[in-house]
Amino acid sequence: MGFIDRFLRTRKFSRGIHPEDHKRPAADALVRKMPLPERLYVPLLQHVGAPAHAAVAVGDTVQKGQRIAAPQGAISAAIHAPTSGRIVAIGDIVAPHPSGLPVAAITIDSDGRDEWTTLTACADPFALEPAEIGRRVSAAGVVGLGGAAFPSAVKLSGGRDANVDLLIINGGECEPFLSCDDRLMRDRAEEAVDGIAIMLHAAGAREARIGIEDNKPEAIAAMRAAAAGHPKIRVEPVPTRYPMGSEKHLVLALTGLEVPAQGRPADVGVVVHNVATAVAVRDAVRFGRPLVSRLVTVNGACVREPGNVEVLIGTLADEVLEFCGGLRADRGAPARLLMGGPMTGMQVPSLRVPVIKGTGGILVLDADEVGLRTPGPCIRCSTCVRACPVGLLPLEIARRIRAGDLDAAVKFGLKDCIACGCCAYDCPSHIPLVQYFHHAKGELAARDRNKLRNEATKTLAQARAERLERETREKAETAARRKAGPDPQPAPAPRPAGAAAPPAGESA
Amino acid sequence: MHEYALLLLSTALVNNVVLVKFLGLCPAMGVSKSMDAALGMGLATTFVITLAAAASWMLEHWLLAPFDLGFLRILSFILVIAAAVQFTEMAIRKTSPALYQSLGIYLPLITTNCAVLGVALLNVQQGYGFFKSVLFGFGSALGFTLVLLIFAGLRERLALASVPAAFAGAPAAFITISLLSLAFMGLSGLVAA
Amino acid sequence: MLFAVVSLTLLGAALGVMLGLASRFFAVEANPVVTELEAMMPGSNCGQCGFPGCAGAAAAIAAGTASPACCPPGGRALAETIAARLGIAVDLAGLRDEGPKVAGIREDICIGCTRCIKVCPTDAILGGPKQIHNVLRDACTGCGSCIERCPTEAMAMQPLPVTLQQWVWPKPAACA
Repeated sequence: MGFIDRFLRTRKFSRGIHPEDHKRPAADALVRKMPLPERLYVPLLQHVGAPAHAAVAVGDTVQKGQRIAAPQGAISAAIHAPTSGRIVAIGDIVAPHPSGLPVAAITIDSDGRDEWTTLTACADPFALEPAEIGRRVSAAGVVGLGGAAFPSAVKLSGGRDANVDLLIINGGECEPFLSCDDRLMRDRAEEAVDGIAIMLHAAGAREARIGIEDNKPEAIAAMRAAAAGHPKIRVEPVPTRYPMGSEKHLVLALTGLEVPAQGRPADVGVVVHNVATAVAVRDAVRFGRPLVSRLVTVNGACVREPGNVEVLIGTLADEVLEFCGGLRADRGAPARLLMGGPMTGMQVPSLRVPVIKGTGGILVLDADEVGLRTPGPCIRCSTCVRACPVGLLPLEIARRIRAGDLDAAVKFGLKDCIACGCCAYDCPSHIPLVQYFHHAKGELAARDRNKLRNEATKTLAQARAERLERETREKAETAARRKAGPDPQPAPAPRPAGAAAPPAGESA
Repeated sequence: MHEYALLLLSTALVNNVVLVKFLGLCPAMGVSKSMDAALGMGLATTFVITLAAAASWMLEHWLLAPFDLGFLRILSFILVIAAAVQFTEMAIRKTSPALYQSLGIYLPLITTNCAVLGVALLNVQQGYGFFKSVLFGFGSALGFTLVLLIFAGLRERLALASVPAAFAGAPAAFITISLLSLAFMGLSGLVAA
Repeated sequence: MLFAVVSLTLLGAALGVMLGLASRFFAVEANPVVTELEAMMPGSNCGQCGFPGCAGAAAAIAAGTASPACCPPGGRALAETIAARLGIAVDLAGLRDEGPKVAGIREDICIGCTRCIKVCPTDAILGGPKQIHNVLRDACTGCGSCIERCPTEAMAMQPLPVTLQQWVWPKPAACA
């Protein structure tokens, strides 16, 4: 990679923003392990796709790592018991989601022993068939740990079909406040590199590049040292610029290739996985250990002892916060509670919600950090246009959404928006641009669902009309036959009322 | 040739049928919500006005003037125009159903569009020859289409702007078109007629 | 005087003949818009709009005698689609938008008479004689045809609960 090449590449991704990162001192504190909570709430929907289906019943005793919910459909993930104990409830709890709507969850009372179920280890993962690795990853319920929580096995096995030749490992962690990936790379670099080697084998890629933002020199050094023995794995620092952790932008920064609009990195022969996912894949393949815990950054001005904590999936965020010393008295009431990063994370109404697989952070921000100000009118200064990493015109899209013209917004590229929040962050009038886009995307999805539903209804109605017609015809034929002469066969038995509908015309 | 070019320019811009003569305001307000509809309406009106200008010239010079039937002018002109509009409507419905739907109620309204009758009557008043009459009609229609397009473009943007509630919708549109009218008044020195 | 009357009559007659010929020449067999609208409608022929089936409603909407907002199962989304297709403005204020609704059955009152099953346009109700019926939520269009059929008033329309996957961020309040 020559200097000019590098210059051109960095130039290519010159958009985006450079927010204050707030990562330290939390990133420098050593990882603490959360003591075993008494009760765990494990939601059945922690990933992109269909919710998992509970495979246990209330009253059952489970071991740590035992599968308690099975995946449903092509895009779904299994869920495992985070500790040993007894299932006390299967039902709705408040979801770690801005809506505060209920989500189905399995509630487990810990027995305090934290006993693992029997795991099937594998001495040499590189001797396994790639499909077998995919199966093991799927069985372990591994999902993308960067935040989107897409089932990893789908992406891994999809890589083979799509002829992926480059595996990119996302160690960007561009979100301010979060440092769990940074910490993971510093402390568990060897494991991460081992996981990457396994993924490389599974995806059939030629080489792997680990993109790490250059504001994490310790992580870069640790990963470089760990990857020294692997000729196919390379660590590449990338400029610190939000949203570097967006897969499309990381691909652009590392390869100069642009992922097509509404396409996936596989379209340019690349597959992107998070670095924490690599560790989870290693655990799953080498030791058969399912994904039952993760590193979570607890940060924000209101937190007394910010840092990274290893938390079991299903632990209440409240308890994690308590473990980190609770709230600071001198900062006043928290202004905002977040699960995930401040730019793309979920704003939650309360912290009485469980940590799930995609939760990278628990943030308790004070009013200064939120910096909420009343929005003013748009002065068309185009600051948002310069900030938009996808190259859209946020101001034009937002005003069309405000006027209720979603089709026009789509024409201006709403579907390419990655909802990174750069536009809203930079807007000098404090217009909540990205909130408009969130709203419009939801509306579009609702519209699509409605369309599908209408089509399904039409099929049903047509099927019914055909059935009614057929029944009328059959009845008429039978009547005609009976009139023509004595029927040798006995009259058909009366149909059950559920299936029998009156002939058209008789509607009472 | 020079004369004809000036006639076209002066009818389209200087004596603009909508903004200077205030004819055909109904479609100018009604069909100017989107550029697409405005263009369709403009083209349909252009066709009708040009056709009506030619037909009314023939009517005037071959029937009304020779037999001294000037008092039947408005009546017969309207008859011819109505027939021309009906004809246009049928033709559009056959050839372009989408345009037919988007013009909707406004297509039959061209019948009573005062710009069409106004152009025909002005032709008689000015005593233009056949070719000049047609050119006058075509120029006026061109001006009509131009204004409709400009105004629709403005309204498309206006719909996205945050307008005080009291001014939202028609009031803002009226203010805009009056400002547009003022702007066109400024063209009055362009051609010394 | 006589000449004026005769000439105008002749003129009118000539134009009339011309238009008559034109209408034959430009004849449109079926209104393509009606077919297009019918494809947009839910197609369950529930009859809530007051027309005989979705085809009738589509024809009435295309002719301008019915509002695009006349279809309750289609709701606001359908009204907007149709209005956009026809290029007309539609008054959505009259359209109640309480979100989608589906029929529900109170098991303790249901006597298993199967009357609701017979009228359901999408076969969304399950059950047999003397057996408690149940509504398939995914198939119910919320047309409400079954409500009046029920002799024991066991059926009622219930709002469809919003789930996590269907939740939509609210639109930010308009700024100054």
